[in-house]
Amino acid sequence: MSNLTDLTVAGIRDGFRKGDFSAREVAEAFNAAVAAGKPLNAFLVETPEHALAAADEADRGRASAEFRPLSGVPLGIKDLFCTAGYQTTAASHILEGFVPTYESTITAKLFGAGAGMLGKLNLDQFAMGSSNETSYYGNVISPWRRKDGGNAALAPGGSSGGSSAAVAARMAPGATGTDTGGSIRQPAAFTGISGIKPTYGRCSRWGVVAFASSLDQAGPMARDVRDCAILLEAMSGFDPKDSTSLDLPVPQWEAGLSADLRGKKVGIPKEYRVEGMPPEIEALWQQGIAWARDAGAEIVEVSLPHTRYALPTYYIIAPAEASSNLARYDGVRYGERELPDHANLQEMYAATRAAGFGPEVKRRILIGTYVLSAGFYDAYYTKAQKVRALIARDFEQAFQQCDVLLTPTAPSAAFALGEKSADPLAMYLNDVFTVPASLAGLPAMSVPAGLDAQGLPLGLQIIGKPLDEQGVLNAGLAIEQRAGFNARAEKWW
Amino acid sequence: MTESTYRIQGATGEWEVVIGLEVHAQITSNAKLFSGASTRFGAEPNANVSLVDAAMPGMLPVPNRECIRQAVRTGMAIDAQINKWSRFDRKNYFYADLPQGYQISQLYHPLVGEGTISIEPEEGQAKTIGIERIHVEQDAGKLMHDQHPTRSYIDLNRSGVALMEIVSRPDMRSPAEAGAYLRKLRAILRYVGSCDGNMEEGSMRADVNVSVRKPGDPFGTRTETKNVNSVRFVMAAIEHEANRQVDLIESGGTVVRETRLFDPDKGVTRSMRSKEDAHDYRYFPDPDLLPLELDDAFLAECRASLPELPDAKRARYEGPLGLTPYAAGVLTADVETARWFEALLAETARVQGKPEADVAKAASNWLISDLFGALNRLGKDITDSPVSPAQGGQLLGLVADGTLSGSLAKQVFEIMLETGDDPAKIVEERGLKQTTDTGAIDAVIADVLAANADKVAEYRGGKDKLFGFFVGQTMKAMAGKGNPGVVNERLKAALDN
Repeated sequence: MSNLTDLTVAGIRDGFRKGDFSAREVAEAFNAAVAAGKPLNAFLVETPEHALAAADEADRGRASAEFRPLSGVPLGIKDLFCTAGYQTTAASHILEGFVPTYESTITAKLFGAGAGMLGKLNLDQFAMGSSNETSYYGNVISPWRRKDGGNAALAPGGSSGGSSAAVAARMAPGATGTDTGGSIRQPAAFTGISGIKPTYGRCSRWGVVAFASSLDQAGPMARDVRDCAILLEAMSGFDPKDSTSLDLPVPQWEAGLSADLRGKKVGIPKEYRVEGMPPEIEALWQQGIAWARDAGAEIVEVSLPHTRYALPTYYIIAPAEASSNLARYDGVRYGERELPDHANLQEMYAATRAAGFGPEVKRRILIGTYVLSAGFYDAYYTKAQKVRALIARDFEQAFQQCDVLLTPTAPSAAFALGEKSADPLAMYLNDVFTVPASLAGLPAMSVPAGLDAQGLPLGLQIIGKPLDEQGVLNAGLAIEQRAGFNARAEKWW
Repeated sequence: MTESTYRIQGATGEWEVVIGLEVHAQITSNAKLFSGASTRFGAEPNANVSLVDAAMPGMLPVPNRECIRQAVRTGMAIDAQINKWSRFDRKNYFYADLPQGYQISQLYHPLVGEGTISIEPEEGQAKTIGIERIHVEQDAGKLMHDQHPTRSYIDLNRSGVALMEIVSRPDMRSPAEAGAYLRKLRAILRYVGSCDGNMEEGSMRADVNVSVRKPGDPFGTRTETKNVNSVRFVMAAIEHEANRQVDLIESGGTVVRETRLFDPDKGVTRSMRSKEDAHDYRYFPDPDLLPLELDDAFLAECRASLPELPDAKRARYEGPLGLTPYAAGVLTADVETARWFEALLAETARVQGKPEADVAKAASNWLISDLFGALNRLGKDITDSPVSPAQGGQLLGLVADGTLSGSLAKQVFEIMLETGDDPAKIVEERGLKQTTDTGAIDAVIADVLAANADKVAEYRGGKDKLFGFFVGQTMKAMAGKGNPGVVNERLKAALDN
């Protein structure tokens, strides 16, 4: 039998149904890969027993021909999703040892669909970061290495870096991610996998540790577009426990997949041609345009004039919301508590939060507190909301001329760990192409499209109209088929 | 608006007091504003706490439609503008009784806009008080400092309970007006059923804004006395705070904008924190919640479900029912009294087969003098009256049809209070029925006249005043059961023969 860990989600699902292998065999193979993958530091908690229990249930179901959509499929779960009975930390010290008594809506849906959990995946602390270096538990190391023989440890992207590394390293066929400003798409691009952030409101936020509520969206990360469609179908749906959840039926995205783009218009936003963008990225983009044309699409140039304000807008709104969302981590009810001798309540708060949050989280709490404070609120927060509305309007107008937008996912391939961590602004620039769609709440995905001169993966991003995940997936599929991306990280761990 | 004549006599002349009230009223609902946890008062500490109320990671608020409905109905009851589009904001501050680290409230776009409440203070004239807004917000938990020598405990039962903050304009000018405003507001809330108005249990608390000025001058600097929890304390706090401000200004000081606390034991207010160390609450729209948009059907349902309100009811009692302004005021002051009266009135009219207007006066008199007198004596509320409105109506019916005289009715009522029995049963079992049998009455009269032949002679000799003596003797001989009209008539006939 071929290596089970090389199978996609669809491959596992279909092979399991046909009886090519048992779910237990699949779970055991991935559990072993997870155990062997420790040098990557992708998993904060390993839960082989969960994967096995789900597999055994799937095997018992198969005996009576009962199949659920994800029967036999084990997944990695980003440690931002609360999982009942399993530690959930958001890669922070302040939540170290916190074990929820409740299951997030997304994980409950996935487990209800038959999936098992391989473990909780590392991430940037509270999903704040683009390289996984802000995790309290050490950074994830990308399975990819440059061809220069230097063996520099590379960033898997962030914040869903544990998810991207685990899928790219064949430690999980798929994983959950969350995307606030690009945290699914950028790590997917860095590691040569696919990932989709759906329309804001498709996936319930209930039980997901909040970073910036108006931007946070969960989504799947997997090896290809089909797997993304399968997993997104299982994750999506109205949740009365989340007021921002969309009360709409979930389309059958997998069944609707089509790489035929005839009659479709693919928009190329001219403002995404940023200064200093590496020629390889530009070349890849042109290649993507050619593939889209080859798939039958008409290419149109469009303008998103407020693009250059997206990053500053994002870095006002997201920290503002975060500064308030993270106020609950105060040492009073759960998680870390620092209680110096004779400390009063205020001193306990200060000590707990000083010890419990990492530098990037503190930086964003401070920025957020500042932009919301009296006297600055209108100049920053109110202005940022207005710009956000203009950015959304840019997209609306662009979508009058096209069906989807095609852009690079990130302005560079994966960088080395430590390369940008001293310069927060350089790090923030990584999200320049992904942030606008987040601000507008639009569905967007990254698909692997090629390698740079160092042999590192590069991704292309497709941004769609609200609720048009199908259009995004189809354009992604057209690119995927033409790119024929089959490179994989050479195993060194 | 009629101006109050309430003044504080200072060394430099008369001072006028300016008062605005922010009332926090707990919305009557089974569940909290954004969670499904119970709101039952008096539960064990932390028994009514959901994951949302404890602000566990990843938990999200979901608005409770019933709480919104109650606030909208309250707004409609004070003729206020209802905002079909409103929004929740976060008010950020750290405290141990505030698990989220922010209170969900409405600063920028409240649910209810401007309205009015008319008041009639006990001293002074009727006037209209402006309402600036009503917004909906979460209550905080409670710290308990008396459970352990070195630790404080936290009870989150109240955390997340829905409150309406009802903000008045600075339209009140005396403690009496503030008292009348609070009582009227409480009456309206109870009529609407949106708050039980129970100040002892903390369902209604007031932040009292007070400033003083020379009549005609612009407003002075105000202070805010927080969380005063009875009408009497609010009036006392205003009185003390206004006098304190006058004394301060007249002795050369300045009133500073600050938050104060009222000490009910000493009857004084004292400084809690000044504006300098006021929090920066960093209000911003709660990104977990969509704007609240109300449709016409929802508003129509809210309006249709409103009961007749105190002012309308009072006008009806004075007009069509023909009650005195005093009686109408007493009967409508509290929804339970009005409810009781209307049940009594309906039963009284039904028993006698008359229109309500014809029996309203008798019903009102009996309720205000007899029933209230008895309840007062027993220390009971009208809601736990031992006599039901139906029984009251039956009793009034027995008086109206001549079965009972006024004095017999009082005897029967006393027995009803003790036993809870129906009046007809008491009359039957104890033979308290008034007698109109002329034969029986004539026989008793004959005995009385025979036994008092000397007085009969005096009466017939012109001493008319003795008639009352004969009535008394006859009634006594009949143990009070003689119909006074018939006794009078038959006596007159017998004596004048």
